[in-house]
Amino acid sequence: MLRLEKRPQPSKTLSYVTPVLAVLITMVAGGALFAALGKDPVVAIRTIFWDPLFGQFAFYYLPQLLVKAGPLILIAIGLSLGFRAGIWNIGAEGQYILGAIFGAGVALACYPLEAWWIFPLMVIAGAFGGFLWAMIPAILKVRFGTNEILVSLMLVYVAEQLLASMSIGLMKNPDGYGFPGSRNLQQYPSAHNAELIPDTGLHWGVVAAIVVAILAYILLNRHILGFQIRLTGEAPRAARFAGVKPPRLVLVCMGTAGALAGMAGMFEVAGPAGQISAGFNTGYGFTAIIVAFLGRLHPFGIVLAGLLMALTYIGGEAAQSALQLPGAAIQVFQGMLLFFLLAVDLLTNYRIRLTKRETA
Amino acid sequence: MTGTLLSIRGLTKAYPGVVANDDVSFEIGEGEVHALLGENGAGKSTLVKMIYGLVKPDQGEMVLNGTVYTPSEPQEARARGVAMVFQHFSLFDALNVAENVALGMAEPPKTRELAERIRTVSEQYGLPLDPWRLVGDLSAGERQRVEIVRCLLQDPKLLIMDEPTSVLTPQEVEILFATLRKLKSEGTSILYISHKLEEIRALCDEATILRLGRKVATCTPREVTAAQMAELMVGAELHRPEREPSVPGAVRLALNGLSVASPGQFGTSLKNITLEVRAGEVLGLAGVAGNGQDELLAALSGEIRAKPAMVVLDGVEIGAKGPAERRRAGLLTGPEERLGHAAAPDMSLTENALLTGAEREGLMANGFLKWGKAREFAAKIIERFDVRTPGTETAARALSGGNLQKFVIGREVLQRPEVLVVNQPTWGVDAAAAATIRQALLDLAAGGAAVVVISQDLDELMEVSDNFGALNEGRLSQIRPAKGLSMEEIGLMMGGAHGMEVAHV
Repeated sequence: MLRLEKRPQPSKTLSYVTPVLAVLITMVAGGALFAALGKDPVVAIRTIFWDPLFGQFAFYYLPQLLVKAGPLILIAIGLSLGFRAGIWNIGAEGQYILGAIFGAGVALACYPLEAWWIFPLMVIAGAFGGFLWAMIPAILKVRFGTNEILVSLMLVYVAEQLLASMSIGLMKNPDGYGFPGSRNLQQYPSAHNAELIPDTGLHWGVVAAIVVAILAYILLNRHILGFQIRLTGEAPRAARFAGVKPPRLVLVCMGTAGALAGMAGMFEVAGPAGQISAGFNTGYGFTAIIVAFLGRLHPFGIVLAGLLMALTYIGGEAAQSALQLPGAAIQVFQGMLLFFLLAVDLLTNYRIRLTKRETA
Repeated sequence: MTGTLLSIRGLTKAYPGVVANDDVSFEIGEGEVHALLGENGAGKSTLVKMIYGLVKPDQGEMVLNGTVYTPSEPQEARARGVAMVFQHFSLFDALNVAENVALGMAEPPKTRELAERIRTVSEQYGLPLDPWRLVGDLSAGERQRVEIVRCLLQDPKLLIMDEPTSVLTPQEVEILFATLRKLKSEGTSILYISHKLEEIRALCDEATILRLGRKVATCTPREVTAAQMAELMVGAELHRPEREPSVPGAVRLALNGLSVASPGQFGTSLKNITLEVRAGEVLGLAGVAGNGQDELLAALSGEIRAKPAMVVLDGVEIGAKGPAERRRAGLLTGPEERLGHAAAPDMSLTENALLTGAEREGLMANGFLKWGKAREFAAKIIERFDVRTPGTETAARALSGGNLQKFVIGREVLQRPEVLVVNQPTWGVDAAAAATIRQALLDLAAGGAAVVVISQDLDELMEVSDNFGALNEGRLSQIRPAKGLSMEEIGLMMGGAHGMEVAHV
């Protein structure tokens, strides 16, 4: 009989091994899924994980890796702070959209003026937009004890409606021949979040992601605020005893997550996406939740997890076009990753013991 | 006493790294009250768990009523006539007495019928109980009655009681003892677990003494002194804390009509608590569990806020301040619950040292943590309070209860508090460590701090206190000098029998 036994101390080694283990199990289970869909599982897994990095068209895929990983990392690091403290912001997608709308709003308001300060102002506006949107569930939680999971999630759908309205209303391109969508910021040099080194995919958003990862690491490991965040997540009662003010922590964590998600949205709209349109958001805010956990809520883990997740995105798209795999199968595949991660996660705190049934 | 009810032969149970019971043998006669005596960690709990079918012995056998007895689960034990009253009650606050009793039964009768039986049995044994009352509204003593009546309904041959008096006032203990004596006269055997020696002398016929998992002695409690039993139990002479008598100084902590609502639904609100503690003074506060101790500690630590003037530290009103500000001002506290309240279970001892020491010990600068200094502070606590642990990076939950208790008390004491308030400072700690902790509290007072010790252990309070008070349903009794108080007086301060009536047995 299998029995779970709590470890006296969480295993350090296993906390590093489990994400790798989860990826391997996902490959096996995903392979089985693809086989059931009538595709060669080995080819499918290779198309997703190998070809984008080392295949014939790697020169095309590799820059895409950074473009996708940038926003995922930026959002996931923000979310991880809250998750560590037991604050569940599920609505990063909405905060991401609002950041894009605010950032693009600044750019469109300044158009066609060319000035150095436009882009920095857009960054601030984007962060502020995401911050504001995150403050709605945060303040409701602090004031009235509402559940931040529900409120932040519902606000995603509100944000999507707002985005659709912007793209056909207030922000619609006046020179766009009636098509929905704003002006393309890629054609507005002062607002364009261009690649810093051509053909690498490296734009300001990626730089911001790396800087934020380092700052988050310092915060969590060297600063009292990070200590309080961890303490609140591990032992809420001990945290209150230590003097942590829970409402303040909710505001700080939600606000930071919102600002970072908003920044990610702004970098995206000013760069790879180029314009506000109804289909602007592609689920980064939700995928970032997986990234955060896959990275063990650790800033550097999240960087790696973001890259891995970006790989499944890109590889998934390649598999869709090369092997005609349905898009839903790719999403299931990504979901599996979180599922298996949470499952094997148990092993860091518990060990499996084989026991003979005790005879009565 | 006609014959042997249960004989235990060579019971052994080992857990990884520790032998909880090593070749323990003794016998319980019919109608005998048998005491099982030992310090925390001596193996009493493991032994009774084996008798009650919760734990399976590695070796040895038991014979009940002449036939081999190997219970594999409590239900089997109950079917053979063995019942147990646990130290921690397993009752649901939101259900009434009859419903709670029904939950423990395999095939409960109709509630009305059951209620009638509860009423009959409870009155028959002098433990009157209203089957329709909500358990959440009952006092600790009444809850224990529910557990006892639940056992008596099964008509047990052997009743196991685990530290039953720890939740009772002296008057309530008398009522309980009357019940137990009546049970005994009807031929029921009782296995009575305790470390309170006077009780055992008053109640028990025979005693088995365990130390470190082994049986070290058997004795007839009436024929030996409490001190002799204590020495058998501890295996050495106990060091009694010492102190120099001192002249009380200025008032350091004052509570003025402190009234706050409990944050929990079934908690106890504090009602108009007024007291003063002076420099060099130790104030002991007794009370049965659940009479406002947790709330009082929280109101002093700052977890529960009150009006500013209700809590005054060295003349400054701090009632509305939070835990961090109170700590800064010199008011430190040590809550009862070690894991999850005083310490974060999964965090290292270094991190737990930071938990309350960050500011006072200068373990941070501009919000940035100094891990080196934090580690030094943790190491200092470990060294000064003899905390047994592999090192400062061990997780708190990996420590034994007693060692963690030494750590969390040490952490506060070493921060040189102006006022220290502790709740159950030696709960679950072995005698030697308890003496260390008490001595540290006394030394602190001798150094000019004011100390408040909240405890359910009356012996402990009489040992350390200058002045003595008791909490009862969130109210504080009159505070009196501890010297010369009789058990009778203490019992009345704790609320007497809590209005529990005694049926005419």
